Amino acid sequence: MPKPTRIEINCETGEETVIELTDAEIAELAYQAELAAERKAEEEAAAKALADKKAEVLARLGITEEEAKALLA
Amino acid sequence: MANTYELIASVTVGAGGASSIDFTSIPATYTDLVVMISARGSNAAQYVDAYLRFNGSSTNYSGKSLVGSGSTVGSYSEPTTGIRIDVDAASNTASTFSNHFVYIPNYTSSNYKSASVDAVYESNTSSNNQLWFIGNLWSNTAAINQVTFVAGSSSSFVQYSTAYLYGVKNA
Repeated sequence: MPKPTRIEINCETGEETVIELTDAEIAELAYQAELAAERKAEEEAAAKALADKKAEVLARLGITEEEAKALLA
Repeated sequence: MANTYELIASVTVGAGGASSIDFTSIPATYTDLVVMISARGSNAAQYVDAYLRFNGSSTNYSGKSLVGSGSTVGSYSEPTTGIRIDVDAASNTASTFSNHFVYIPNYTSSNYKSASVDAVYESNTSSNNQLWFIGNLWSNTAAINQVTFVAGSSSSFVQYSTAYLYGVKNA
């Protein structure tokens, strides 16, 4: 399986080079991907918690989201 | 108001794709930089994370984003590893690319560097369209001489993704 490549453009000379990634660069990309996945999971959990809290409050007040927006407008 | 916008360099990704696009040896003769990106990722997802980084550094970034999607608005703290420039990916509407406008003022100064991002994920469904405004800070005093656009999640940018680097002179 061919290794992934990156494109490097030297802005002084205009030279464009396609370079095969090293094993270290591939490992670094994989590590950064893990960090990104963790962060995305945290963001999704926070968004769900906020949505659940909102629904709970609306239910307690006995109003719909549209009614809440009208109140807060 | 800028006196000039000059194209420094540009690239279009070829058939083999690219895990990153790297503008190196950026001349220090401009006042500000503008990066305009139109890209799509190869992963089987609606979006794939991607990042803009300066001088090869993946540390000391911070920022806030304001995101609109359908009727929802959200605000997020941005990652410390780069300026997030997420892009459409293979599961989103076919042949559509995210578009990003990045303004980097005073890129040669000895102060920390700020960047602002105006971005949109293109999609034919209202739930998958997103608008992003991001204010970011790279807490590093070095002049920027390298700008790298890298795909995350072990993805790559597909063919016809483009990146344009402009220099702006205010005098």
